[in-house]
Amino acid sequence: MSEFADQLVKIDDYRWKIPKSAKSGMRVDGIIYADEKLLKDIFQDKALEQVANVAFLPGIVKASMAMPDIHWGYGFPIGGVAATDVENGGVVSPGGVGFDIGCGIRLMRTNFRYEDIKVKIRDLTYALFNNVPSGIGSQGDIKVSEKEESQIMLKGSKWAVSKGYGVEADLEATEENGAIAGADPSCVSDRAYERGKKQSGTLGSGNHFLEIQEVETIYDAETADAFGISKGMITIMIHSGSRGFGYQVCDDYVKGMISCLQKYGISVPDRQLACAPVDSPEAKSYLGAMRAAANYAWNNRQCLMHLVRMTFEKFFAMSWQKMGMDLVYDVAHNIAKLEKHKISGKEKMLCVHRKGATRAFPPGHPELSARYQQTGQPVIIPGDMGRNSYLLVGTEKAAETFYSTCHGAGRVKSRTAAAKAFNAVKLVSDLEKKGIFVKATGRATIVEEAPLAYKDVNDVVNVVHNAGISKKVCRMRPLGVVKG
Amino acid sequence: MAKKYEILSHTADIGIRAFGKTAEELFTNAACGMFDILADTKGIKLKEKISVKLKAAKFDELLAEWLRELLYQYNTTGIIFVEFAFQKITPTEIQAIAQGSKAPNKIKTEIKAVTYHDLEFKLTDDGLQAQVIFDV
Repeated sequence: MSEFADQLVKIDDYRWKIPKSAKSGMRVDGIIYADEKLLKDIFQDKALEQVANVAFLPGIVKASMAMPDIHWGYGFPIGGVAATDVENGGVVSPGGVGFDIGCGIRLMRTNFRYEDIKVKIRDLTYALFNNVPSGIGSQGDIKVSEKEESQIMLKGSKWAVSKGYGVEADLEATEENGAIAGADPSCVSDRAYERGKKQSGTLGSGNHFLEIQEVETIYDAETADAFGISKGMITIMIHSGSRGFGYQVCDDYVKGMISCLQKYGISVPDRQLACAPVDSPEAKSYLGAMRAAANYAWNNRQCLMHLVRMTFEKFFAMSWQKMGMDLVYDVAHNIAKLEKHKISGKEKMLCVHRKGATRAFPPGHPELSARYQQTGQPVIIPGDMGRNSYLLVGTEKAAETFYSTCHGAGRVKSRTAAAKAFNAVKLVSDLEKKGIFVKATGRATIVEEAPLAYKDVNDVVNVVHNAGISKKVCRMRPLGVVKG
Repeated sequence: MAKKYEILSHTADIGIRAFGKTAEELFTNAACGMFDILADTKGIKLKEKISVKLKAAKFDELLAEWLRELLYQYNTTGIIFVEFAFQKITPTEIQAIAQGSKAPNKIKTEIKAVTYHDLEFKLTDDGLQAQVIFDV
């Protein structure tokens, strides 16, 4: 039981406060978005302590926040949001982004209805498994030279589109148009270059997946329509990140920033929170490399989507355009970004860390592409492989969280506990009885990713919906799952 | 036989607590723990050899450095290391030879990185003890 459980103060049914008096050194309060049911899980590990630890970061404004999918991470909790004031000593912490820099979710629509393909789902899942490289350390057919790798770091998804792995419209449906400005390949180590060369267009392992889904419930018909989504539609979701490239960038910079703690006189209770002032040379270098990794991740998901489209083309002998396989949106959930937000009525440049949290811009936000100006940003929330996933939309109310919301279901059982509790063969057979076909590289992944190892995404999404920091548009159910 | 290491449960990740009567034993057992999480290490041969030379500000950070280096070598060469010979270990410096071979079909878990979260080293009545959390 977390020692912080007794210190929580209820703000309302969906917001709880860890007062800054709870731990000496906290600069702001902690705010947890959760209901009483989810709090019971949150109390079981060290996540609340990590929310308190993040509140130590110099320049942090408003609060150290946690979304309802929060769980124990390293340094930051997974599901953490923290913004620092760049002009007032605000820091950036590589641990506040995590090792899988730019990890995120991509959702595609199709013209297929469930009825059209229900007898083909097993074969289609197997075809995707065979054509999309997945698994630990997976390497794909897209191998690039160092020169091209630095182009990927600068151009992100635009690199893939320039190679014919997608179209311009894909970029308009991607956060930052698929490439964040300010990436600097010269800030990336030789080791990261080495690890990134062979991994573009690969899914990876662990919780990364590729899923065929059916839209089963529409909550907001007007917005769903604007997103090109309708009930019964087949959608495809891709969850992946920057692979070994991003892991190495983070690894290099966490180590470097540990020495910054002394240099800049910063005191944090966990070395994994190592950080440096945003305007310091160390932070500028990290941000240059982090953006390169985020662009690598967007490009990776663009390449993965291309492989999905090509698989469908071969399987159905039809062009992907004819099958309506358009990108709805792609958004990262492990990233730090410089964004303008209002603090006490004044516009400030903040460094917003989203560590397992999703950006959720409201209608009319200047950084959204024209197609989502009226609706607000699509927000994609995957669940576990046995229950549901959601499409939400950003709201003005989320100004209180720097326009951030949850990123998934959130683990509740450790991988070791899941491995003891579940049996892979039985899990696969139980899922098949529910009409869900799973194909994975290893049995270990199946048990580690067992549905009951996660919180119920329905509970998580209800909290962000009811708190108003994003709104439900529709809910999907899984049909075919490819795991690494 | 004395326990070499134990697995620590963590909600999202995984950790090890390693033991040793000497620094050499501690570093060996921590590396074996990491590679046991990563792969089935039975039958790994001593075909490949690398030399490792590292420095760090503190002893626990030296251990993290050691594991980071071995993990990087694995990630770029595919070699699982199972035997270690140390030429030098001080609280801030290490020189060692690691030996092993590739195990393409025996990989169990991807370890993304060695973290500094809850990184701990202490002296106990039985010798040395350290814990490390990995991002998986």
